[in-house]
Amino acid sequence: MESQNNNQNLTIQLTALVVDDNKVNRKIHQKMLDNVRVKNLGVKNGKEAVDIHCDGRRFDLILMDLDMPIMNGIEATKELRSMGISSMIVGVSSRCTEAEIQKFMEAGLNDYHEKPLNIAKLSSILHMINPNY
Amino acid sequence: MEVGQMQRQWLDYTRSLFLEGFLDAQFMQLQQLQDENNPDFVVEVVSLFFQDSERLLKDLTFALDQNAVDFKKVDAHVHQLKGSSSSIGAQRVKNACIDFRNFCEEQNIDACLRCLQQVKEEYCLVKNKLETLFRLEQQIVAVGGSIPLVEPTQMSF
Repeated sequence: MESQNNNQNLTIQLTALVVDDNKVNRKIHQKMLDNVRVKNLGVKNGKEAVDIHCDGRRFDLILMDLDMPIMNGIEATKELRSMGISSMIVGVSSRCTEAEIQKFMEAGLNDYHEKPLNIAKLSSILHMINPNY
Repeated sequence: MEVGQMQRQWLDYTRSLFLEGFLDAQFMQLQQLQDENNPDFVVEVVSLFFQDSERLLKDLTFALDQNAVDFKKVDAHVHQLKGSSSSIGAQRVKNACIDFRNFCEEQNIDACLRCLQQVKEEYCLVKNKLETLFRLEQQIVAVGGSIPLVEPTQMSF
């Protein structure tokens, strides 16, 4: 019984939302998450990310692109935080200027990584959510 | 040609793509993501990149052909193309997009047109190279062989 409980404790199912208007990026990030057994969904802009939360869905991790049509990453992050969403939101963008990153962080990100994400960066993000993961 | 020879040919060809700058380390990330659950992952992602790129190049051609060029729109398209080329490791396409964006900022139409031509050329080159690579893979698999695992040290990173 004790060893069964220990095994259950080790079974951590994290969930993630990939928010990116670029299909190629979404497919790659979702595959990275699949490979580490993180259940995930992809949406193509900030408004869809907000709408999915309005429908009651919650995620441990949100990978948020910056430049998206309809609602960008800054607007979506601000909106999600104002809704009380406490998920880890990680900004992922190819924008490099300090000012742009700062603006994105101030919207409510927990972390920021420059695109493209790789396996090592994703592992460090997941480790921040749960050190046992 | 026997399997071992085909595999060596594949390895040499892959190495040349990295040495000539067509591909960078991000392409190896894609190969590492491929597994038995999704054995065609790299081909799927690259095919998506081809579809996306062709649409964007068409949109760029149209946008730069207007009497009053909307440089913001042009920049947005180039940003998209830079993003996806970077994500699949198409280094030369990505670099051509970086130059392109600089000229969008300057609103230099002649330079933008030259950049568009450059991006189209680099895209065609990498498309041909990747299609050749995938054909080599299909030939290896057709005779019962497997695609060699590539280590970064083999690609001179």
